[in-house]
Amino acid sequence: MAAMSLLEARGLTRHFGGLKAVDGVDFTLEEGEIHALIGPNGAGKTTFVSLLSGRVPAQSGTIRLKGRDITRVPAHARVHAGIAYTFQITQVFAALSVFDNVALAVQSRGGHPIAAETMAALGRVGLAERADQIAGTLSYGHQRVLEIAMGLALQPVLLILDEPTQGLSDGEIATFKEIVRSVVPKTTVLLIEHNMDVVMGLADRITVLNFGTVLATGTPEAIRADRAVQAAYLGG
Amino acid sequence: MTMGRALSLHLGVLAALLALHFAAPAYHHTNIARIMVLAIYAMGYNIAFGYTGLLSLGHALLFGAGLYGAGLLVYHAGAGAAGAMLAGLLAGGAMALAVGLLALRTSGVAFMIVTLMFAQAGYLTVLYFGAWTRGDEGIVIPQAARAIGSLDLSDDGTRYLVALTLFAAALLGNLALVRSPFGRVMVAMRENEERSRMLGFNPFTVKLAALTVSGLYAGLAGAAYGLMFGYVGASLASVQYSILPLLYVLLGGAGTVLGPFVGALLMFYLIDYASAVTDAHQFVTGAALVLLILFAPKGILGTLRARGARWLP
Repeated sequence: MAAMSLLEARGLTRHFGGLKAVDGVDFTLEEGEIHALIGPNGAGKTTFVSLLSGRVPAQSGTIRLKGRDITRVPAHARVHAGIAYTFQITQVFAALSVFDNVALAVQSRGGHPIAAETMAALGRVGLAERADQIAGTLSYGHQRVLEIAMGLALQPVLLILDEPTQGLSDGEIATFKEIVRSVVPKTTVLLIEHNMDVVMGLADRITVLNFGTVLATGTPEAIRADRAVQAAYLGG
Repeated sequence: MTMGRALSLHLGVLAALLALHFAAPAYHHTNIARIMVLAIYAMGYNIAFGYTGLLSLGHALLFGAGLYGAGLLVYHAGAGAAGAMLAGLLAGGAMALAVGLLALRTSGVAFMIVTLMFAQAGYLTVLYFGAWTRGDEGIVIPQAARAIGSLDLSDDGTRYLVALTLFAAALLGNLALVRSPFGRVMVAMRENEERSRMLGFNPFTVKLAALTVSGLYAGLAGAAYGLMFGYVGASLASVQYSILPLLYVLLGGAGTVLGPFVGALLMFYLIDYASAVTDAHQFVTGAALVLLILFAPKGILGTLRARGARWLP
């Protein structure tokens, strides 16, 4: 193959009892794109990205990152392979300082010197002057930004964002969009998102999940025009 | 700089302990030497529990590994005290590594129970091999064997200074550890294991490393305790010695470098005074703990840190 995709999932499956959360999903991420994952609640979006990041083991199917089979690689090792995951429900280290939260990510990838790289990473998202603050005392919006800063400080090849704009104000969403645009094409972004303005404004391609299967994949225009998607999700 | 302030405080405590060597009355002089050795043990416990979040109920096994590692070598093989102390240190670390490989497959309550069972198995092993260990009765280390070169560990003054030297090394090592990048990872593992994993840290290896360091501290303390006070007995490997460091750490402040020492000091004297007044001294300790949990669950130094002294490591 001339141009290898960054990530390829084939026949990816995860059932929970009788619930087919993810059921034979084929999925491809191209290097440098912003790819949005949408679908109704319970469509399997979070389970799907959990399979990619290794938080949940796959029951069958394969995942390849730059051609390498990572299906059985544990989550912490996938981080070192370049997959960063930010949580749907903010999970910063609330008792630690903002600095320590990001320093953990910097030292995890072997960044050196830790202090300088940490401050640089905080500067990129506008949190530098809050470095000494305890993370748990940040506003919700700032905690979301800190969560993203931790992901970016890992310098991943693939950044997975699980509903990053949930609960953010319009101003904060605008800042978030700028941050995401600034990391591509060096970093590929896969985001789960419910806010259609964010999806249509940011994504190069969109994949629609429904009942654990792929309903459609395409450009924002193509997805908007797709009848099956309209029926299932966009309420057309 | 906060580092300067923290370092000054710890060096100040060490200087005060050195001053007490010259100033303290004989009775307290011996007590403080004992407290410093117990504080090394509690510091080790704190590395696992206070910093990494591993609530073990089996640290007596690690203390016992150091105690018997050193004691049996001296008593049966005629080893020197310095070599025996090193052997005790390594025995504690090796035991922690071995137990950790199995026990760290569990977490939470299961981890408490598994470590407790391992320690009970260790205690019963000591009794079972009574021909070597002299079981409950224990081994009295002959005075001639309690010397490092010309340093006679049975001499009060020498013992105090050797205890202080070991304590100082343990304390400053502890300070350096928790200020290091690895120290930050230990705390991250305690605060949120899943988040740490998704930052690329393997929870199993981080916890195993922390537990092994904890075992080195416990092993050193066990060896030093046996050699300095001349007694190696099964009671020192009993469940009571798994609970003691937990109490010290809770009292002084879990996750603070000086907390274990402060806790050991106060608890030692609390028991000392209570037993002079009443036979029910364990009731007094129990009551003190209930009050502590109710009104200062973070312990003394933990409460100070929460009330503004954020620079306390």
